[in-house]
Formats: sequence, C-alpha cells, structure tokens
Amino acid sequence: MSNDPEVSRTVVTPTRVAIAVCLVAPFVAMLWVGSYAKTDPAFIGIPFFYWYQMAWVLVSTVLTVIAYKLWQRDQRARSTQQGGASK
Amino acid sequence: MNDGVNGVALGVFIFFFLAVTVLGFLAARWRRADDEHSLDEWGLGGRSFGTWVTWFLLGGDLYTAYTFVAVPAAIYAAGAAGFFAVPYTILVYPLIFLFLPRLWSVSHKHGYVTTSDFVRGRFGSKGLSLAVAVTGILATMPYIALQLVGIQAVLDVMGVGGGENTNWFVKDLPLLIAFGVLAAYTYSSGLRAPALIAFVKDTLIYIVIAVAIIYIPIKLGGFDDVFAKAGDAFTQVNPATDKPRGALVPAEAGQWTYATLALGSALALFMYPHSITATLSSRSREVIRRNTTILPLYSLMLGLLALLGFMAIAAGVMVTNGQLAIPQLFEDMFPDWFAGVAFAAIGIGALVPAAIMSIAAANLFTRNIYKDFIKPDATPKEETRVSKLVSLLVKVGALAFVLTMDKTVAINFQLLGGIWILQTFPALVGGLFTRWFHRWALLAGWAVGMVYGTVAAYGVASPTQKHFGGSAKEIPGIGEIGYIGLTAFVLNVVVTVVLTFVLKALKAPDGVDETSPQDYTVDAGDPGVATELPPATAESAH
Repeated sequence: MSNDPEVSRTVVTPTRVAIAVCLVAPFVAMLWVGSYAKTDPAFIGIPFFYWYQMAWVLVSTVLTVIAYKLWQRDQRARSTQQGGASK
Repeated sequence: MNDGVNGVALGVFIFFFLAVTVLGFLAARWRRADDEHSLDEWGLGGRSFGTWVTWFLLGGDLYTAYTFVAVPAAIYAAGAAGFFAVPYTILVYPLIFLFLPRLWSVSHKHGYVTTSDFVRGRFGSKGLSLAVAVTGILATMPYIALQLVGIQAVLDVMGVGGGENTNWFVKDLPLLIAFGVLAAYTYSSGLRAPALIAFVKDTLIYIVIAVAIIYIPIKLGGFDDVFAKAGDAFTQVNPATDKPRGALVPAEAGQWTYATLALGSALALFMYPHSITATLSSRSREVIRRNTTILPLYSLMLGLLALLGFMAIAAGVMVTNGQLAIPQLFEDMFPDWFAGVAFAAIGIGALVPAAIMSIAAANLFTRNIYKDFIKPDATPKEETRVSKLVSLLVKVGALAFVLTMDKTVAINFQLLGGIWILQTFPALVGGLFTRWFHRWALLAGWAVGMVYGTVAAYGVASPTQKHFGGSAKEIPGIGEIGYIGLTAFVLNVVVTVVLTFVLKALKAPDGVDETSPQDYTVDAGDPGVATELPPATAESAH
C-alpha cells in the first residue's frame, strides 16, 4: 500500500495534457493580477478589472466542461483497452 | 437603520419564513429509506442526491447569507480588494475537479462520513484524525455564528432588531425564534431539510440579483455613473488612517494580497466540513464531476452581487456598519414588497448553511471524537442520536456566541477559522493522492501551521482593532503582503516534507492503510460498492 495508485498506469497522452492545460489556465490568468489591474477598456461602464474577472467565470466554466468531456473520453478509452476489467 | 417597522417587507419575510419551515419538517419524508436511524440517512441524506439537488445543496452551502452581506460590504468599504471573492470562486472548481471525485469514491467504498474518517483510515492515526476533526469543528462554529449576524442585519434594517435601548430579550427574540425553528427541523429531518430549502433559497436569490443588477443601475443612471461616484468616494482620505478609503483597481502593492487571498481561500473552501458533507451526500462520482462544471454559475452571481457594493456608495447609502449596506440599499431602492423578498432571500440564505454546518460539525464530533475516543462500540442508532443532539448544542453555542459577544469576535474567529482549516489540506488532499507523507510529519506540519497562523493573525492591527485586524501580513522572506493562511500552509507543507524524510530514515512506524489504490476510482454500482447503499437508491442510479 505504498505507491500512488495511478502512477503505475499513468501515461502522458495529448488528451491528458489538454486536460491539464484547461485546469491550469484559470490559475495563471487569475493569479497574475497585474495583467488585469486597470480600469480601461470599460464595458457598459464597468471598469476592465471587474468585467474581465467575471468573463473569466464563463471562460473557466467552458474550460472545466472541456476537461470533463475529455476526461470522460479518456476513461472510456482506458476501460475498452483493459477490456473493462478494472476501472 | 429605520426607526419604524417596515410592515409590508416584514409580512413578505414572515410568509417565506413560514413556507420554508413547513418544507423543512416535510423534508423528513422526502426520499426516505428503510433504515432511517443510520448516520448516513440523517447526516448525508442517504447518500442519494443527484446532480441538481447536489448543485442546489452545494450552492446553498458555499454561498451563504454572510457571503451575500460581507462581499458587497467589503467592496462598499474598500473597493477592489473585496472583489477577490470572484477569482477565489473561479479557482475552486478546477481544483475540486481533481480531488473531490477521489474523496467521494473512497468515502463511498468505506462508508466514511467525514474527512477525519478518511484520514484515520488512510493513515491509521487517531491523533491525526482528531486534529482534523477539532480543526473542522473550531472553524465551523464561528461560521455558523456569522450566519446569525446575516439574519440580524436583515432584521435590523426591517426595524425589528430593536434600537440600542430595547430590552435585550425583545431585541433578540426574532433571532431566537428563527433559530429555534431551524434547530427543530434540522433535528427531525437532517440533511434533507436544507437540501429541500436550498431550492427556495436559490430561486429567491437568483430573482433578487437579476432584478437588482438591472433595476438599481437604471435608477442610478447607469454603470458609468455608479463607478464614477464610487471612484470619487474612494479617493476621499480617511482621517483615521490618512489614506484614501479604497480604490477601483488594486495598486501594485495590493496585488500579492489579492492573489494570495484568492488562492488560499480556494484551497481552503473544500476543507470545510460542510462542503464535504454536501459532497458526500451525492449519489455518484459522476454527479460530483458534473457539478464542478455547473457550480460556477454561482460565481457569476457572486460577481454581480459584489457590484451592489458600488451601487450602495452611488446611491448614497451611509451606514457605519458595512454589513448593513446591502440590506439598506434594498430597503432604499426597492418597493416594500420586493425588499421583503430580498430580505427573505438573505434570511433563508442563512438557514441553509447554518443547518448543513451544524450537521457537519455534529458528524465530526460523533464519528471522530465520540466513537473513536469515548464509546468505540456505539451502534449506528446511537451515533445518529448523538449527532442530532450535538447539532443542537452546536447551534446553541453559536447563538450564545453572537448574543453575548461583540460581532467582531465572530468575524475574527471566522478569519482564524479560514487559516486553520487550510492546515488540514496536506493530510486530506495529500492523502488522496499519495501515502508517502508520514502521519507524524503531517501532524507536526499541521501544528506549525496552526500556531504560525494564529500568532500572525493576532499580530495584525487595523485602525479599529489592535489584534486580528485583517488576514494579510508580510510574507517572511518575500517581503510582500500576503494572506496569512497561505503562508502558514506553505510552512506546514515544508515541515511535513522534511519530517517525512527524517521519520522514514528513522523507520518510525507507519500506520496501517485500510484503503487500496482502486478504492479511489470506484463509482456507485461497481462490485462491492452498491451493497453499502440503501437498496432503494442503488437501483435508482441514473
């Protein structure tokens, strides 16, 4: 019972890299505060700082949905590969 | 605050309050399973909730009345700095996408009800499990107390909070009634009550926000005017600090604080017992993952709500207690009947999380203190009975807290609670992915994080308070101002890693791990999993 369960069968595939990018992107965007700490351009009178972050709510949602779909596909591929024996 | 009672608003408020009370008691019959005396039934709603119920439950749980009052209040007080709640909730979902399904699977397989159950099973350490349980209870108590502060704010604005000169009993009577009712239906219906009430709460909240975000800016002359007025207000120099009141955009120096607060809070959110209770009540692993994709809707709502803080400034709302800014804005802007709907939304918004939090704290006590240390042979029926009683005690405690102490005490403890709960992250999330960490190292790391966080927070002064004046402080070695909780967390991880190396070299006894690698990926319906579910729900999966 020592090793990480996933280690033995973790393979880096393009799908998994894409999942990782989708999940990491919001962190990069939101923690880099300097990139959005400004008032212009405003949107319907709302300073950039505020509407940009709210737009990221939608962007990150889309990214998480993509990650979820990719992950589902990845799981299906994996279980057919292993004949559905273990999940 | 108003001198007179706003009769119409109060009437609407009472109507909704009565409606959810009836709902709360009826909830006991909703999806009832055969074995109603198990802790799974009372404390986790039979682990039977599907995607939508889980969504409402988690939303009702995480976005509390206090959030609705405090986030715009922070914006009202200081501007941009208060908006960190939005990036914080953006970051939560990619994060939980990674670890929550694993926690669900292993808990489902082994019948874990709390995070401490998992930690004990994974690391074979009652000490570490106790540390996690105690941290969870300590962090939850002030959170429940703050829900009461949220209700109080609404009652005050409606004019039933009483003036300063009113007899304390008359003044607090409405709050006592609200809490008595809440305690009664939580006791009888368990987690099903807040799950059902959450539907009403969120529907009301969404309606109120949608109306507020369109109606109020129109009345105030558009967002341009709102932000121009707010910008002017923020440049006014505060005589107490000799600094401007706030800013529309965080200055260079505030950016570290902003980012670390967002990250630290995101890491901490799903360490709170009430988040986990709502998570484990869902019926499958898929429900959890699907929820990470629909929960961000709430973040959008939170962002819109935060903007209300600017509107309160532009509308000329003047309150000394920032908590009252939003209720007062509603009172000033809306017709009486709709103000009543808005107040009901906030009031009910306090009841849902308060119920879930008290259930979560009670489960922790029962499973990880009572059963582990006091009465190891407790039957499921006894566990449920103890949990029900403790849920009452927890609420009475929170009530006493709010009534006897100054409100700032609850807020200070809530701030500390956030720092504390983050210190359970390495044991919980670390444990979900690897068994490499040594249990004693985790315990030591936790202790270091707790002590550093508490001492550092104690040392923060603000113009109005000598201690606990804020949650940010200079990060040692970096020199920027950052969230104390995150600094404590980093220290915690460093200590844990170093000591794990040392303890492994010394061959210190590693506890027994009762979980196996495949336990972390099972779903409902897999062999050996379905049997632990109540029959009725196992069949209804999908």
